[in-house]
Amino acid sequence: MSMAASTDTQLQATGANPDTHAPPPRRPRRWPWAPYLLSAPGLALFAVLLLVPLVMTFLLSLNSFSFYGGIENVWQLGNYADIIADDYFHEVFLRTFRIAAVVTILCAVFGAPEAYILRRMKSPWRGLCLLIVLGPLLISVVSRTLGWALLFGSTGLVNQGLMALGLIATPIEFMYTETGVIIALTHVLVPFMVLSVWASLQRLDPQVENAALSLGAGPLTVMRRVVLPQIVPGILSGSIIVFALAASAFATPAIIGGRRLKVAATLAYDEFLNTLNWPLGATVAVLLLIANIVIIVGCNRLVERRYKQVFE
Amino acid sequence: MNRNGPIALIFHVLFLGFLLAPILIVCAVAFTSQGYLSLPTEGLSLRWFRAIGDNPEFIRAFKDSLLLGAVSSTLAILVAVPAALAIARHQFFGREAIQALFLSPLMVPHIVLGIAFLRFFTMIGLGGTFVGLVLSHVIIILPFALRLILAASTGMDRAVENAAASLGASSWTCFRRVTLPLILPGVASGWVLAFINSFDEVTMTVFIASPETTTLPVRLFLYIQDNIDPLVAAVSAVLIFLTVAAMLVLDRVYGLERLLVGKGRD
Repeated sequence: MSMAASTDTQLQATGANPDTHAPPPRRPRRWPWAPYLLSAPGLALFAVLLLVPLVMTFLLSLNSFSFYGGIENVWQLGNYADIIADDYFHEVFLRTFRIAAVVTILCAVFGAPEAYILRRMKSPWRGLCLLIVLGPLLISVVSRTLGWALLFGSTGLVNQGLMALGLIATPIEFMYTETGVIIALTHVLVPFMVLSVWASLQRLDPQVENAALSLGAGPLTVMRRVVLPQIVPGILSGSIIVFALAASAFATPAIIGGRRLKVAATLAYDEFLNTLNWPLGATVAVLLLIANIVIIVGCNRLVERRYKQVFE
Repeated sequence: MNRNGPIALIFHVLFLGFLLAPILIVCAVAFTSQGYLSLPTEGLSLRWFRAIGDNPEFIRAFKDSLLLGAVSSTLAILVAVPAALAIARHQFFGREAIQALFLSPLMVPHIVLGIAFLRFFTMIGLGGTFVGLVLSHVIIILPFALRLILAASTGMDRAVENAAASLGASSWTCFRRVTLPLILPGVASGWVLAFINSFDEVTMTVFIASPETTTLPVRLFLYIQDNIDPLVAAVSAVLIFLTVAAMLVLDRVYGLERLLVGKGRD
């Protein structure tokens, strides 16, 4: 955005010369309502279809529910008190954020080096490998998770492989465990990390590395002093995306974790479609939404302030 | 230094293996001749692909998904193009806020949107309808379309438009004959990215779909929750083949990296 704004001002600056560009300052003045009219369809759509449903969800979370009376139109914070007081909900939310944290770390540890390796590859291979890394983003999450369910469960190929290699003596339980959910979620989300680090590497001229080397720096020093400072913002913004998506992931924990291993999203789903306690499900959703926004906005602020010079 | 060492290459191969393993296993299992899941399989056969034909609910869900994706991405484009032009080329009060609002669905977990739409559509009588699915999908895919159209319309040269206007073209002619052709690559790629996101969406759709109107990912998800058999692997495999084919075309025509990162190939 900032780049776009600067080209705009540049255009206006060159437009000051009346021979080359006819400056159009009159048009916006003639149509001060033009931008509002242009965005009106979108604004109307978002007001009716995004803001109203979200506010209604919040109001629903204040209602109470009984198995015989159904949803009662009272306004109270009982559902929030229930969740704060109940150990079961603590466990679910704690598990959700624990899984999200581990997945984020794994994605950073594996995704960042992969992005760096990809950048150093030569032309035909680089394109092909990038296609393999980014391609899974376009394949349905359900199909990819089905693959892990097949590898973990029915065929047990992962355990067969690990035992054949002599790495483990007895099969590890992957299905319906946190380990399984973490592995599958890392697979689903790691392309986002590669993308993010890849984007930050685009701004690093390879000649800078060569310059450091020719000035006598060892490969480790180059990594630590040249490469890492450039990609850390990429890793951090990738981490925000991965964490937010992992904390609110639904299909993967639902298939790999099943009914036994609940996370916040699958808990809300069960309250809504099985227990039919809509107010409680709405409460879980509101808490998840608030946590998500606080984390995304908060971390973005921190990263942008700390690495202002890199983002410009 | 600008080459990858042996350790880096081993890491790279393992990484690609990790990414490909679950996708390849789905395709491998789909070709089994057995009536149950087994690997290594005894023989290869296409029986499970033929079996898809006996399950018309998958085919109907596939058609619904395609229609839903096409209709909702087209609507999203129709809304996003004027909005992008307003944001890209006007300075006005509330510009930042409007842009933030249009991008905000990216920050809201889809599970929350699913719950919100379920409640809302049930109240206004759109529960379980195709219209409801389209409207909700427009909301979640609009940010993707908007970002690409914004990038295209901020990058374009305004001088051509000014020339057209000074030669007497009306605003509408100017838009139709100058602006639109110039931002068309952004619009087209925005449509494609919107379509993919609509087609793959499962978390939100699972709340608002009904047994009569449902999408393929939701159908697959609900099926997998009950049992996993070679049939569901075959359906997934078909989906994977189609996606890979689309991906190769997309990469040739537009560049996958440009679509996902928003930048050129090199």
